[in-house]
Amino acid sequence: MGSLAEAIGGLAAGASRAGPPIICWFEECLKDSVPLVGGKCASLGELIHAGVRVSPGFALTTEGFRSFMAQAGLDREVAAMLAGFDVTDLDALEAASARIRAAIEAQPFPIELEDLVAESYRKLAVRCCTPAVPVAVRSSATAEDLPGASFAGQQDTFLWIRGIDEVLAHVRRCISSLYTGRAIAYRANKGFAESEVAISVGVQKMANSFTAGVMFTIHPANGDRSVIVIDSNFGFGESVVSGEVTPDHFVVNKITLDIIDRTISCKEVCYTVDTKTQTSHAVEVPFERQKVQSLIDDEITELAWMGKQIEKHYGRPMDIEWAVDKDLPAGGNIFILQARPETVWSGRSQPALTASAGSAMDYILSSLLQGKKVG
Amino acid sequence: MKFPVPHDVKANMIPGTEGWERMYPYQYQFVTDDPQRNQYEKDTFWFYDGLHYPEPLYPFDTIWDEAWYLALSQFNNRIFMVPPVRGVDHRIINGYVYISPVPVKDPEEIGKRVPNFMERAGFYYKNWDALEAKWKVKMEATIRELEALQIPRLADMEDMSVVTDALGESHGYHLLKNYDDLINLGIKCWQYHFEFLNLGYAAYVFFLDFAQKLFPSIPAQRVTQMISGIDVLMYQPDEELKKLARRAIELGVDEVVTFSPEWTDVEAALKKLPKGVEWLTSLNLAREPWFNISTGTGWFHHDRSWNDQMNVPLSGIATYIGKLKQGASIDRPTEKVRAERDRITAEYRDLIEKDEDRKQFDELLGCAKTVFPYVENHLFYVEHWFHSVFWNKMREVAAILKEHGIIEEVEDVWLLRRDEIKSALWDIVTAWATGVTPRGTQIWPKEIVWRKGVMQKFKEWNAPPAIGTAPEVIQEPFTIVLWGVTNKSLADWASVQEVGDPDSITELKGFAGSPGIVEGKARVCRTVSEVGQLQEGEILVAPTTSPSWAPAFAKIGACITDVGGVMSHAAIVCREYGMPAVVGTGHATKIIRTGMHIRVDGSTGAVTIAR
Repeated sequence: MGSLAEAIGGLAAGASRAGPPIICWFEECLKDSVPLVGGKCASLGELIHAGVRVSPGFALTTEGFRSFMAQAGLDREVAAMLAGFDVTDLDALEAASARIRAAIEAQPFPIELEDLVAESYRKLAVRCCTPAVPVAVRSSATAEDLPGASFAGQQDTFLWIRGIDEVLAHVRRCISSLYTGRAIAYRANKGFAESEVAISVGVQKMANSFTAGVMFTIHPANGDRSVIVIDSNFGFGESVVSGEVTPDHFVVNKITLDIIDRTISCKEVCYTVDTKTQTSHAVEVPFERQKVQSLIDDEITELAWMGKQIEKHYGRPMDIEWAVDKDLPAGGNIFILQARPETVWSGRSQPALTASAGSAMDYILSSLLQGKKVG
Repeated sequence: MKFPVPHDVKANMIPGTEGWERMYPYQYQFVTDDPQRNQYEKDTFWFYDGLHYPEPLYPFDTIWDEAWYLALSQFNNRIFMVPPVRGVDHRIINGYVYISPVPVKDPEEIGKRVPNFMERAGFYYKNWDALEAKWKVKMEATIRELEALQIPRLADMEDMSVVTDALGESHGYHLLKNYDDLINLGIKCWQYHFEFLNLGYAAYVFFLDFAQKLFPSIPAQRVTQMISGIDVLMYQPDEELKKLARRAIELGVDEVVTFSPEWTDVEAALKKLPKGVEWLTSLNLAREPWFNISTGTGWFHHDRSWNDQMNVPLSGIATYIGKLKQGASIDRPTEKVRAERDRITAEYRDLIEKDEDRKQFDELLGCAKTVFPYVENHLFYVEHWFHSVFWNKMREVAAILKEHGIIEEVEDVWLLRRDEIKSALWDIVTAWATGVTPRGTQIWPKEIVWRKGVMQKFKEWNAPPAIGTAPEVIQEPFTIVLWGVTNKSLADWASVQEVGDPDSITELKGFAGSPGIVEGKARVCRTVSEVGQLQEGEILVAPTTSPSWAPAFAKIGACITDVGGVMSHAAIVCREYGMPAVVGTGHATKIIRTGMHIRVDGSTGAVTIAR
């Protein structure tokens, strides 16, 4: 992956401009780029540096966001609207949110910004050998994804976006999602100053997934750190993330990478792309495929290996979205779409099993006295 | 979970076996004429010890069951004072052994036992290595004593030396005495067998337990991998075969060694060649003690050793010669195995989040590593070396019984209880001394014919895996680790009882012994003598395997056994060869047939049969 980063290193936009860049390719994003590219894009960059494959793409940085807001005078408008605002008044909150969002979505980008995004999108299409390559446009918030401050889903993700006009429109919609009523209220309650709030927007090649799903590098049911748990279904990961189907379920030993448990479910629905509208939609899985394992064993092992690298890189259990791209050959077709710290078990403070480690003898005795429960 | 009432099972007598109870000690019977004992038996949970006894016990072979009934229980209950558990009680139905751990129920008594246990078991854990060294000396002396034991034939006229040495004793007396000595050595050997074993298993089982608390999904095989030794005695016989294969090639006699599967032919041919004689010298050095390895578990009289069946090691040597000449490596990948063990241990350890837990892990791992070599090595000394010599000494006793008309064939002796043999020897010796015919000549041959019929009927009987009333808690470490008695296994046992038709079964569950998935053709081998039929890549299905099966593992693609846990021979060897194993399936050899297409998933413990 390093060579890929080198090969396109020269493509970085905004390099000649003084100050922070407007556009950052994922391979240029690092862990400490969060204030610039937000949590999601920074983590994609980090993943690349951890040796993990991700779908290519770029971020419109917070610098780009600020420049957009400033040039159109939107920042002043928003500040004025929210000054001394009572977020407990829900009707007023929703009304203010709607006004702000409409203003943002109606506001065209300044030409310089638009050119930079358009140029990067065109380069991405060239890289993917696909004209008007379908992309995911998603917000990458600077405060999101941090342990203890997870409010995933508060900002939007738009999938299967094709063509520069659509990309630009959805970048604006992502920006406007920063001002949903819930997000404004959340920031007010947590004490984030509105003037400090910024958002970055990622534009990433859509993985044309044959199979996709989620992976945890900790057992979500019991907190066991020695396993990697993978849920998968045919098509896009939406069906798994939304809980619409019971996915195939694999438990992989993190240390040895062997599959120690598998449940092949009956998967009645999956999401595929409608080639005409370029949108993803649910279709019924053909009967004869419903009980077929949606991820082959070699893919499970490779995926788990990636999961292990990701966890090692971040030094903590991770929650990962992934896909197997059907357009690419086996061996280079498994992509990590997103990785964020696992928050359920990590947030919980687990007591040690032993109050104070005693000798083996003490442990044997106390265990003997407890016995093994049966029945 | 409901299990049948023991007395109902027993009352459902197999026709033609009425009176079978006299083949076994009376205390092994489930009773109806003693209300108190009857109630205890009904309230107790008994499980069939299929791990040790895949077949019904011959009356003589009951000796080892009685030996461990005593030894395990006394060490738990009278020597180390394990606080919550006494011994393990035994019963027999239709030749099958049922066992049950006996708990200490009174909390006050448990409390009183704690300081005793800490002091006594603590002494052993603390001085483990020194005491184990002492054990080895005791054990080897016992085996030497056994080897030196004479079973004298009775001459019509005693030797002149009896007179000139003024011996004052006859060979008749020596026969009686030496038979007693033989039996006593066997019982003593089993005393030593359990001196360390329960403590060893306790250290293992609670290390396993702690690892599973830290990592609920950790496969037991990985825990075992962290502590299993690399240089254990049980591998040595197989190593000797490899050495002999190399030596044969070195001396240029490999073609002679492999020209026939019959040892007698090969030996005769080798003796004609100077290099052949040289190779035979190397062989003879290896035979003592290593060829005392049993071809079975060593628990039964029919488990013959390599020394008894030289065709078995010969076929192993031939396999290795073949591999070497193909340029294949036959070395155990010990460096790789060690490196992998250390990697796995370190990675699990790194995942432990709390320092106290990591410290406890280290303590328990260290303890388990100290005790584990014994847990593996005692098998060679007791079940293999001692037993192999013992069974042959008993055959010498049998030859005398045959000579005096008590039995018709040497192998009939196993149908008699050891106390019946003692009585028969008294009968012989007194008749010999007196010059009359032993009374037993008209009793035992008829009884043996009847008992043979009974044994046959017993073999056809399907022993229920569990009877009686399931307990809430099991504390006896053996019961947990060796027999794997857990909530899950009880449920599995209960469900197996409900399956009527074995031909309808498409999936078997066992313990995940060694990871990986292999599909292929099954080959059912009931004894090691059948492994010659194995074709490259087939899946071996066996009641259980032992080190003498080792060469078979060079050929197969996967292994399934009826009995055994993750520490069983099959599981350990498969992990080394990197092939899947599912062990302790309970019924694989009864359900799977040679030629069936099966899928073995050694990571989950599932065997799927394509029907």
